[in-house]
Amino acid sequence: MESKKYDIIIIGGGPAGLTAGIYSSRAKMKTLIVDTGTIGGQMILTFEIANYPGVESTTGFQLAKTMKNQAKSFGCDILSNVRLTDVEFKGKTKSVIINNKDKYSGKAIIWATGGRSRMLNIPGEKKFKGRGISYCATCDGDFFQDKEIIVVGGGNSALEEAVALTKYASKVTIVHEFDHFQAFEHAVEEAKKNPKIDFIMESHLQEFKGNDSLEKVVIKNLKSGKITEKRIDGVFIFVGYEANNDFLKDKDIKLNDWHEVVVNGNYETNEEGVFAAGDALAKRYRQITTAVADGTIAALNAIEFINRN
Amino acid sequence: MLQTNLNHVETEAQYNEILQNNENVMICCGRMGPMCVPVYDAMEDLEKEYPHVSFYDMEFDNPDAHVIRNLPECRGFMGLPFTVYYKNGKVVKATTSLQNYEQIKEILDAEFSK
Ligand SMILES: Cc1cc2nc3c(=O)[nH]c(=O)nc-3n(C[C@H](O)[C@H](O)[C@H](O)COP(=O)(O)OP(=O)(O)OC[C@H]3O[C@@H](n4cnc5c(N)ncnc54)[C@H](O)[C@@H]3O)c2cc1C
Repeated sequence: MESKKYDIIIIGGGPAGLTAGIYSSRAKMKTLIVDTGTIGGQMILTFEIANYPGVESTTGFQLAKTMKNQAKSFGCDILSNVRLTDVEFKGKTKSVIINNKDKYSGKAIIWATGGRSRMLNIPGEKKFKGRGISYCATCDGDFFQDKEIIVVGGGNSALEEAVALTKYASKVTIVHEFDHFQAFEHAVEEAKKNPKIDFIMESHLQEFKGNDSLEKVVIKNLKSGKITEKRIDGVFIFVGYEANNDFLKDKDIKLNDWHEVVVNGNYETNEEGVFAAGDALAKRYRQITTAVADGTIAALNAIEFINRN
Repeated sequence: MLQTNLNHVETEAQYNEILQNNENVMICCGRMGPMCVPVYDAMEDLEKEYPHVSFYDMEFDNPDAHVIRNLPECRGFMGLPFTVYYKNGKVVKATTSLQNYEQIKEILDAEFSK
């Protein structure tokens, strides 16, 4: 198979990948970004970004568009909505095959596939997505005016969104698996003092039921084992994020127990010439600023690696 | 108006005209929100691959969007965007909430064979 030649191929076009693309194409490296979805990554999933320095407040869509245009303006090639068929990480020349047919080769790879919202993976979840189950309070909150809803989760997102959803819903029940919350104290306080919110602790949702749309949930109390059914109009799920590293499971790139990529101080993986950046990494703080910083460092090290070899 | 590169449906009259004059139509009715933008983006890419399909978006909060919001096929929908596929003016498929490129492609292949 004939391949198109690049210096650096970046897998994933979120803030980490786009920043890496900006730095490497500006350094005159022939650069390609490939993304299986929409360029911008999780930024697209964010209505308002108020903590990106230098930009007072913007939408995720706008920030993504600006970063994409910046990368393109320096000559970076970008392919979105493609299927990643295979990646050869080993050897001096790396290769990437997309859509089962197009081959691209590069001297270095930057893995920047980010993360996604975790699903509960219980019966009915797929069937009722958009028919009562949602993962975005700002998008779908207004469908639940004067309705009763459940918010699943115990972190900052769950508690903050539960409070935000009381603007629409008549009652919000937070269901959480532990007897305490992981969220910051002020978020917990806000939720506790809201008269529309109540709590079901140490419990799991087990199943979603209904016909055209969601009507009931099955809840299991983890302490007593008791199973109950609750009538409900909607469920919002905020149970954390996981790295998009499924593709790496049968590759030789070192991952930790949570399937996050392990890198050294130069953002290089165990495979020479393969770097990684952003939320796909084993790291503590996952933000646009940290992804951008990772992307910068990974790109500068990849450039140095290519110049040295 | 939605900030996409797709053609926009802005009135009920235009909607009716589109359905009357085109065999295969896909309309995504949403806002510029997180679950909607990836669908518009996929449609922009698919537009080149499916020249026999007419791709449109429509603003969910446009009063004339009742033509989509109130379709019987969208009953029970509580997630943006509402995406509707029409063959000879009749609804053949409708989806709610985010769909990725592959999921949309699968529907286009099933409903609008080349
Ligand atoms: C709802 C929400 C709100 C947030 N709000 C903020 C905020 O206000 N401020 C802030 O700083 N951070 C915020 N974050 C976090 C921030 O968006 C992420 O930390 C950041 O986007 C991570 O960047 P990334 O480039 O590593 O990954 P991502 O943004 O996840 O991008 C990864 C890209 O890789 C692509 N991809 C995945 N798998 C593959 C594959 N196998 N092959 C090719 N491409 C692939 C994906 O399609 C995606 O486009 C928020 C996140 C969410 C979900």
